[in-house]
Amino acid sequence: MERPLISVEGLARRFGDSNQPAVFENIWFGIDRGEFVCLIGHSGCGKTTILNVLAGLDQPSDGAVIVDNREIDGPSLDRAVIFQGHALLPWLSVMGNIAFAVSSRWPSWNRAKVADHARKFIELVGLKGAEAKKPSQLSGGMKQRVGIARALSIQPKMLLMDEPFSALDALTRGMLQDEVLRICADTNQTVFMITHDVDEAILLADKIVLMTNGPGAKIAEIVVNTMPRNERHRNDLHRHPQYYAIRNHLVEFLVNRSKAFDQEIADGSYDPRRLKLVKPGLAAVNPPAEVVPLRQTH
Amino acid sequence: MTGLKNSLGLRAALLSLLIFLGVVAIWQVATMPTAGSGAAMDPEYAKLVGAAAATGSKSAMPTPADIGATIWKHLTDPFYVRGSNDKGIGIQLAYSLGRVLLGFALAALVAVPLGFLIGMSPLVYRALDPFIQILKPVSPLAWMPLALYTIKDSAISSIFVIFICSVWPMLINTAFGVASVRREWLNVARTLEVGPFRTAFKVILPAAAPTIMTGMRISIGIAWLVIVAAEMLVGGTGIGYFVWNEWNNLSIANIVTAILLIGVVGLLLDQGLARLTKLVTYPE
Repeated sequence: MERPLISVEGLARRFGDSNQPAVFENIWFGIDRGEFVCLIGHSGCGKTTILNVLAGLDQPSDGAVIVDNREIDGPSLDRAVIFQGHALLPWLSVMGNIAFAVSSRWPSWNRAKVADHARKFIELVGLKGAEAKKPSQLSGGMKQRVGIARALSIQPKMLLMDEPFSALDALTRGMLQDEVLRICADTNQTVFMITHDVDEAILLADKIVLMTNGPGAKIAEIVVNTMPRNERHRNDLHRHPQYYAIRNHLVEFLVNRSKAFDQEIADGSYDPRRLKLVKPGLAAVNPPAEVVPLRQTH
Repeated sequence: MTGLKNSLGLRAALLSLLIFLGVVAIWQVATMPTAGSGAAMDPEYAKLVGAAAATGSKSAMPTPADIGATIWKHLTDPFYVRGSNDKGIGIQLAYSLGRVLLGFALAALVAVPLGFLIGMSPLVYRALDPFIQILKPVSPLAWMPLALYTIKDSAISSIFVIFICSVWPMLINTAFGVASVRREWLNVARTLEVGPFRTAFKVILPAAAPTIMTGMRISIGIAWLVIVAAEMLVGGTGIGYFVWNEWNNLSIANIVTAILLIGVVGLLLDQGLARLTKLVTYPE
């Protein structure tokens, strides 16, 4: 069986003893190289726990995560994490924070080489000139940029982002989303991101994984973002012919289906290992024949 | 804003000066010679406090001018040695400071690594907690007889007493600082595959440094309090011994001078550590 770069296989997590209901269970999905995958679901369904398991910071109660055909057993420099609260070390400068990551990745590098490498990534996120500043002197958006630069500087195989923009104001969030989109396109980065912002998911993700409400949360289906990357721009996203179909599908899921999913699959057709890949965007541009209104006339 | 601040500082300084002058004035009045017969005075006491006081022409309590003269005498000649019981006040302070710093440094060497261990391991924390809770409230002077018996050297015993009194605040603060390092900072180190030693020195130590330094500041304050009492007990040298010796000489002026100097040195120690604390403090 050929596996994707990251393969999540039968993941479950219980807190407390094994009699407790699982927060989530029987979670199966994969992420291909270069793919941007978003996980959407309500608070409490265990999104962050899944990300922490992928990062190696948390252990699943059941199942495994396979990266490059090897089961992960802890954190790794191959999987960089961008934390929700940026998690910069406040006693270090911008340069110090990134240099700490760089020298962890390449311990044999001398100071000058580490600084050169770090400077490249500070420039990449547009923070040139702020190298000597401490995190407390930066705005929320700038701090998150440092967090992004730190994660990218170790040149990981994949990026894990836990609602990286949720603490930012709308304007800053938009700017950073654009930059993440640009950087990921430039570096062909594999990304797994958690969000509860539907528009953010449509803008950034190639695939959107829909998670039902906990306890016993599962993955309902995977929505393929059929809008090509080069047609996704923040300012005219809403003019794209597929946009509303995808957006309505996601909102419908979050509002209704996420809590009633167990009834929806009562017929037994649901197989957590073979998730439905749905393409609501394509349905909007090429509507299936039976819903063409002309059929009604004769 | 700065104008207001300056004027507040100025007014506070003026008020301080006023309070100082007021106290000195009351003191002056209280120690004024009382014109009267000294006939009622016990001759033994008269012999002890000197002729002038005995006749009532001068109070046994020195006047502010006497104290001023004595302070000036000590400050202009702090390091004289006239026999084993008569050394300059600078030498006595240096002995005390030396003991305090040595005991404090030894305590830091033990407390910081041990505090790290306690802070990082809930098991060690729980295992050592009863010992710490019982030993912490014991007056350090209670250890003195035990120290004198086992060490058999009064100088080292007083250093041990300083050690035992400064170890607790540093130990407790280090453990607390280490235990409360933010989870996300540790997670950063984990995702970067930073080894345990590098994590300890590059993440935990700087994160806990302000708390550790606060513990050190408390410790040095207590150590400076305790050294006076310890030296009164063991004798020989040091500012505590000096105070007790001057009490035996009934030289109130010298005792007051020593009290003021103990206060000044204590202030300097505290301010020094406050500066160091500021250096390692980070705004979040």
